[in-house]
Amino acid sequence: MKPLDSKLGRDLWRVKGQALAIVLVIAFGVMMMVMMDGLVNSLGETKRTYYERYRLADLFAPVKRSPRHVLDEIVELPGISAVQGRINGAALISLPDQAVPVRAQAVSLPEFGSPRLNDFYLASGRPLNPSHRDEILLLEAFAHAHNLQPGDSLSATMNGARRRFHIVGLAQAPEFLYTTAPGELVPDDARFAVIWMNEEALAAAFDMDGAFNEALISLARDARPQAVIDSLDRLLAPYGATGAYGLEDHLSDRFISEEIAGLRVSSRTVPPIFLSVAAFLLYIVISRMVQAEREQIGLLKAFGYTSLEVGLHYFKFVLVIALTGALLGCALGMLAGRGLSGFYQLYYKFPFLLFRVDPAAFVTGFTVSVLTASAGGVLVLRRVFALTPADAMRPPTPPNFSQTISFGPGLRKWLDQPTRMVLRNMIRQPLRGLLAILGIALGMALSVAMLSLMSAFDRTLDLSFGVLDRSDVTVTFVEPLGDKTLFALKRMKGVIEVEPFRTVAAVMHNGRQHYRGAVTALTEKPRLFRALDSSLQAIPLPENGIVLSTALAGELDLKAGQKMILDVREGRRPTLEVSVAGLADTLMGAPAYMQLETLNRLMKEPNRVSGAYLRIDSSQGQQLYRRLKDMPVVAGVSLQQDSRRAFKKVMDTGAGAMRYVMALIAAVITFGIVYNSARIAFAERARDLASLRVIGLTRTETGFVLLGELGLITLLALPLGAALGYYFSLAVAAGFSTDLYRVPTEFSPASYGTAALAVLLAATLSGALVKRDINRLDLVSALKTRE
Amino acid sequence: MSRPLDKRLPAFRTHGLTKVYGEGPSAVHALRGVSVEIPAGELVVLLGPSGSGKSTLLNILGGLDQPSEGRVHFFDQDLTAKDEDSLTRYRRHHVGFVFQFYNLMPSLTARENVELVTEIAENPMNAAEALSIVGLGKRLDHFPSELSGGEQQRVAIARAIAKQPTVLFCDEPTGALDSETGRAVLRVLQDVNRKLDTTVMIVTHAAATAAMAHRIIRFADGDIRDIEQNPQVKEAEEIQW
Ligand SMILES: Nc1ncnc2c1ncn2[C@@H]1O[C@H](COP(=O)(O)OP(=O)(O)OP(=O)(O)O)[C@@H](O)[C@H]1O
Ligand SMILES: [Mg+2]
Repeated sequence: MKPLDSKLGRDLWRVKGQALAIVLVIAFGVMMMVMMDGLVNSLGETKRTYYERYRLADLFAPVKRSPRHVLDEIVELPGISAVQGRINGAALISLPDQAVPVRAQAVSLPEFGSPRLNDFYLASGRPLNPSHRDEILLLEAFAHAHNLQPGDSLSATMNGARRRFHIVGLAQAPEFLYTTAPGELVPDDARFAVIWMNEEALAAAFDMDGAFNEALISLARDARPQAVIDSLDRLLAPYGATGAYGLEDHLSDRFISEEIAGLRVSSRTVPPIFLSVAAFLLYIVISRMVQAEREQIGLLKAFGYTSLEVGLHYFKFVLVIALTGALLGCALGMLAGRGLSGFYQLYYKFPFLLFRVDPAAFVTGFTVSVLTASAGGVLVLRRVFALTPADAMRPPTPPNFSQTISFGPGLRKWLDQPTRMVLRNMIRQPLRGLLAILGIALGMALSVAMLSLMSAFDRTLDLSFGVLDRSDVTVTFVEPLGDKTLFALKRMKGVIEVEPFRTVAAVMHNGRQHYRGAVTALTEKPRLFRALDSSLQAIPLPENGIVLSTALAGELDLKAGQKMILDVREGRRPTLEVSVAGLADTLMGAPAYMQLETLNRLMKEPNRVSGAYLRIDSSQGQQLYRRLKDMPVVAGVSLQQDSRRAFKKVMDTGAGAMRYVMALIAAVITFGIVYNSARIAFAERARDLASLRVIGLTRTETGFVLLGELGLITLLALPLGAALGYYFSLAVAAGFSTDLYRVPTEFSPASYGTAALAVLLAATLSGALVKRDINRLDLVSALKTRE
Repeated sequence: MSRPLDKRLPAFRTHGLTKVYGEGPSAVHALRGVSVEIPAGELVVLLGPSGSGKSTLLNILGGLDQPSEGRVHFFDQDLTAKDEDSLTRYRRHHVGFVFQFYNLMPSLTARENVELVTEIAENPMNAAEALSIVGLGKRLDHFPSELSGGEQQRVAIARAIAKQPTVLFCDEPTGALDSETGRAVLRVLQDVNRKLDTTVMIVTHAAATAAMAHRIIRFADGDIRDIEQNPQVKEAEEIQW
């Protein structure tokens, strides 16, 4: 082996502790990148394949009631490759352990064979027997939430009639990845069910013999969706069509696509921050390690080694560290990405998982590591090469040392010798000190950002359920009712306050932009459920016009004062032009608000409400729920505490769960940076420290010279870390915000405090580890070799 | 391959060499206008008190440092006019250096430290052979930290002679050696000078060493005080100190 390669191997072995710490930091930066990329790609790919395998429809066309022969006409329309008619009905399931009935959607299955579109995956049990009308398949997630199994039975009310059904199998389907009861924001497995039944049985229950009320369509390859939707709407208009819509407007798909898109945004914004911090550290440490080789570089030059040869030697040194880090990061990223994907697979209820990592993630990880490490090396080499070999071989001496810092007799009294040494070291190499401070500050900033993100999620919960919505119970009616029912509610025992609302399904248009959602109509000055502006002040709903959430306004590209088209999909289905009266600040979803009277006037349906928010006396809760359940007009009762729990669950297991993993990685990187700073300072000073011990300083005094400096650097890093952390948290919040979910960016002092504590803890621990090495310092060999 | 040198020219000719470290009132004038000729093939000894500028001169002649002013010629080449690359080539092909502080690579064994130089030399001897010349044939695979100061110094000498250089600079090569080993080392230097026609410059505090030199240069306060030719060159074994 060539002597330079032996040197390389032995030098790496000598600095193995330090090298390992750097390798870990860069590995975690790269890991974050690969992991997130793998997760996002895998979820996207799995979703696409799942949709394809189970033939999920491209378009959904709901109608009131249409004879089956119309399906033949639909197939003839241009741009359509397949069509499937089915019956869809609302049901209420009563479960013995539930005070409130659970809403459900019943879906028909053809008597023979599997459906041409929107197939299901039978997770357990057996398929339906066409001759048994009381058999059902139940959505697996719901069954699990209530501990139901094939063989159990349940009773459900459909179209006013109550019947018992036997569960023969549990199923999943791509159209029900997320299930939400109408009017609810947050999906909840426990509070919404899907039932698959024989077509004949369902037709009998809903008076749909020989008819269907939903057409599923798959598009031909080159079809223009909007054109097909238009022709479908024309064809189905006589049968009470409420407007065909694409998969992207389907609730389940919208939610999951939104989540994956959210993860994708986070994966593009957050890992680069982590990787940059890791890269910065790599840069600092590598440049300091090469700096420590200055005399040997000079020696090699003195022997006549060319700059290229010397540069190549150190490039190899740097490359080994950077590549090991990148390689480890890729491996860890694959492992963690696969693990996380498995976790998300369960969460999204995919029956299978396709794990994919984009090679670009590897390439980026490797390139960034190698480039920054080389930059660190090259910069120092250039500086050393600028010196003559004679100068480089001399240890760097501080030229103006005596002038820069002389402690007068006054100061001398206060600063003991070790303290003076600490201060001199700092002042002697201000740039090195500054970089070390910046490094630790960046580590802390990462932690601040991740902790702020955590508290932002909590803040969202509090805002959504404590400030926006102050009700205890939301009651929804089976159909819009006159306000008489409100009086009935008000008179019920335990009800303190009743506030009516009406939601109507609508498509909102502005030019080419459209959004399929709902308008929530509230009283003029609502008290329980309110639209708030950015300073959390209630926005009074105007007599004319509509108040849009900022998210919706963004989606539709609208500003206050502009006009938009409101295409109502209920009642007499008017198409209205309304002006945007104001913008409401919401954290979740994309709601639009109007005054109840205004909406009813425009709909020409005076005094209609579709439900009410209640404030109740909690001691009367159980009885009240039972009485509500018995009211035939009540379609659903949801408790705020359930919604809050469901929301928290989504945050903790969905896209938001990523924040825990990221916080962990941030903590590791922060520790890595602090530890590295201590390690490198020790490596650079080992010989000086040994000299101090030799001339008689105690271990404690010697330790103080090094650790005092580390402590000083750490303390100086804290305020800078807090400041940088603020900007990092803005970036991370933006990375976690999606079109429909905005992460609030409020200053949370606790996050800063915790991050500062974490840095101090890391410094203490690193200090202790280094102190151990100071105690073990081999005085003889440290002093023997003069390089 | 470098072009052959005209051995009729002196190995070094300097003119008005000065070296100033730092500036202003704290500036140190290490060399104050040194003009000297070192004939090729001679063994020259430099004497002088500590801090008089001996190492500084050696560094400049060895292409390790640049003078503040003045010119240095190595045979027909102007070292002071050379760029970084050609200085590197000069050191690589012509110069052997024994540094005052040995400057061994701590992470390389004795043999590897020598190989570091033979690796890039044009006509090197075997590393093990060079080490056995300085009496370290049995310590080939020891690291500097496992060697005594004198042994490290001998590794440094082996490293310098192994490349069979045109000029050999030795900054106190016997400083850490007992007289027995010291004489052995001087023998090696004399052999190199005679057999390879290498120009050898030795800085030393041991004035007795001057007896084996062709020429003795006395240094004081950054300049040459006198130059003495020695008609009676002694053999290394005859040196006493
Ligand atoms: N890098 C430097 N910066 C400032 N002054 C220097 C530097 N190197 C050498 N000097 C000064 O230049 C002068 C000559 O130094 P040099 O090393 O040439 O002395 P020397 O004759 O080799 O001494 P010794 O016998 O002690 O090795 C000394 O005063 C020394 O302090
Ligand atoms: Mg000297």
